[in-house]
Amino acid sequence: MTTGPSIAATRPGRSWWLAVGVLLVAVILAPYYVITDISDQIDISIIFVLALLALSMSFLWGYAGILSFGQTAFFGLGGYAYTVLALNLHETTFSFFAAIALTMLFAAVLGYFMIYGRISDIYLSVITLVVTLIFEKAIKSTSGDQYVIGSVRLNGQNGIPTVPSLRIPWSGTELSFDGVFILDGILLVLIYAGLRLLLTTHFGRLLVGIRENNRRVELLGFDSRGYKLGAFVISGGIAALAGVLYGVWNNFVAPEMFGLKRAAEVIVWVIVGGKSSLVGPILGTAIVQYLQNKLGTQSVGEWLPLILGLVLILVVLLFRNGLLPGLVGGVGWAWRRVRGAA
Amino acid sequence: MNGRPILEARGLEKRFGGVRAIAGVDFALADGELRCLIGPNGAGKSTFFKMITGQLHPTAGQILFAGTDITRAEAHQIGRLGIGIKNQVPDVFDGLPVSENLWLAARRANTGPQARALVDEITERLDLADIAARVVGELAHGQRQWVEIGMVLARKPRLILLDEPSAGMSLEETNRTAALIREVNRTTTIIVVEHDMQFIRQIATKVTVFHQGQILVEDSFDRIMTDVRVRDVYLGRQATA
Repeated sequence: MTTGPSIAATRPGRSWWLAVGVLLVAVILAPYYVITDISDQIDISIIFVLALLALSMSFLWGYAGILSFGQTAFFGLGGYAYTVLALNLHETTFSFFAAIALTMLFAAVLGYFMIYGRISDIYLSVITLVVTLIFEKAIKSTSGDQYVIGSVRLNGQNGIPTVPSLRIPWSGTELSFDGVFILDGILLVLIYAGLRLLLTTHFGRLLVGIRENNRRVELLGFDSRGYKLGAFVISGGIAALAGVLYGVWNNFVAPEMFGLKRAAEVIVWVIVGGKSSLVGPILGTAIVQYLQNKLGTQSVGEWLPLILGLVLILVVLLFRNGLLPGLVGGVGWAWRRVRGAA
Repeated sequence: MNGRPILEARGLEKRFGGVRAIAGVDFALADGELRCLIGPNGAGKSTFFKMITGQLHPTAGQILFAGTDITRAEAHQIGRLGIGIKNQVPDVFDGLPVSENLWLAARRANTGPQARALVDEITERLDLADIAARVVGELAHGQRQWVEIGMVLARKPRLILLDEPSAGMSLEETNRTAALIREVNRTTTIIVVEHDMQFIRQIATKVTVFHQGQILVEDSFDRIMTDVRVRDVYLGRQATA
């Protein structure tokens, strides 16, 4: 499962740090000066959230070579765990972190059995997909009054429509639309930057080594399973974070968060954007979501999945490694041509 | 050459379904030795190597390394104990630069700065400076072999197994490889699987001949070369009883 040369091992330069800083400032200022329209803020916030979900998959798939088809299991669990905790505890900060921690614990247990059981990569993909579908089925069948956690009814396929908004610690103020926009944006930039830096560490470089040749890593004396499990849990944590933010974004969690449609969408974002970089999947999510939003208002209705399918096929045919690596490669090629001609 | 063996196999067997790839091998290797394994294709040499390094587990028998029973050990545990292997098909990180390949190997038992120093040392020793930034997958077969040998050396193992190290190399590269192996052997025990007799002549002190999963004969290179059984095996003749 090689994805061609990986440049992530190099430490990012000063311009990268500058870009991260500028992005952070930009997402903080944007809702006040640029994106002042509330419906735009909502549309972009969800792209930030879903981009985190895409990032969780592309980190695992593109760098460690593990295709987890069921990142939505952690996405949904994070969302539901936050909802149940926050509604029971009447508190959101602890619930926010506890929901992510609980989901990572679940990822650790699931990952342990898959990775230490040395099942092959393809089975790992299948098992993760099945796990998320089991969750969807299980949650859907909790519509009865007896399915209550603490004081919270799980509500089956209707979902829970009373997900509490995040409150700012100590002051207790609820985050409004611009607050959610800023939080989601900051977390996306920070998680991206964190993963990018993680890939320059011993741990990250070894993950790439595992993707390239697991046997060689083992022969060198590394127990690759521990590294894979670590990556799996980190990735599960990011998906859980996305799930919590998703619940907060529309004050609603539903079994569809675990569903096949969602699970497949994540793969589409990652493939369109290109899994051999971290920026690619973010871009892929933004493009596909933007298309979906635009087309959704253009009365294409039931044709939407077909159009998105065509986009996916076109991208895969034109850019084998995804949009971003394809475009970067194309620009580099053109630049060399121009310079060569001059 | 004397003293306790660093590696010992007792009654080793490996069956794949009905095929006995290794059919009862007793093998001992002294600390500091440079041994060559030869034998026709399918004689079980690579299978033997894979069992020593935990890539395959024997059906029966026992393997001891420096007094430790490693028969059931995992590949990474054996790697840590100090056995390094260059597999027959180059087992490298094809998508990564040469320097990154070496760094990953060096980092296992070293801190960051030590690992970088070790990478520099190996790069110079194996003359890889010109290709250090190239992606390994783009290199010629012989060069990839050197990268893999470099990765094995970076681990500073006590025992090195080399499966066909000169395959795909030019005559000059082959000679350099032979010189390197002799040099490394001053501090490290080595077993080499090879087909190239000229190459073996340059490095061998003692040769073990595998045939149909068993050890046919074990002797000095010159005696092996004149052994009629060995000749029969290589020419595909049935040995007359």
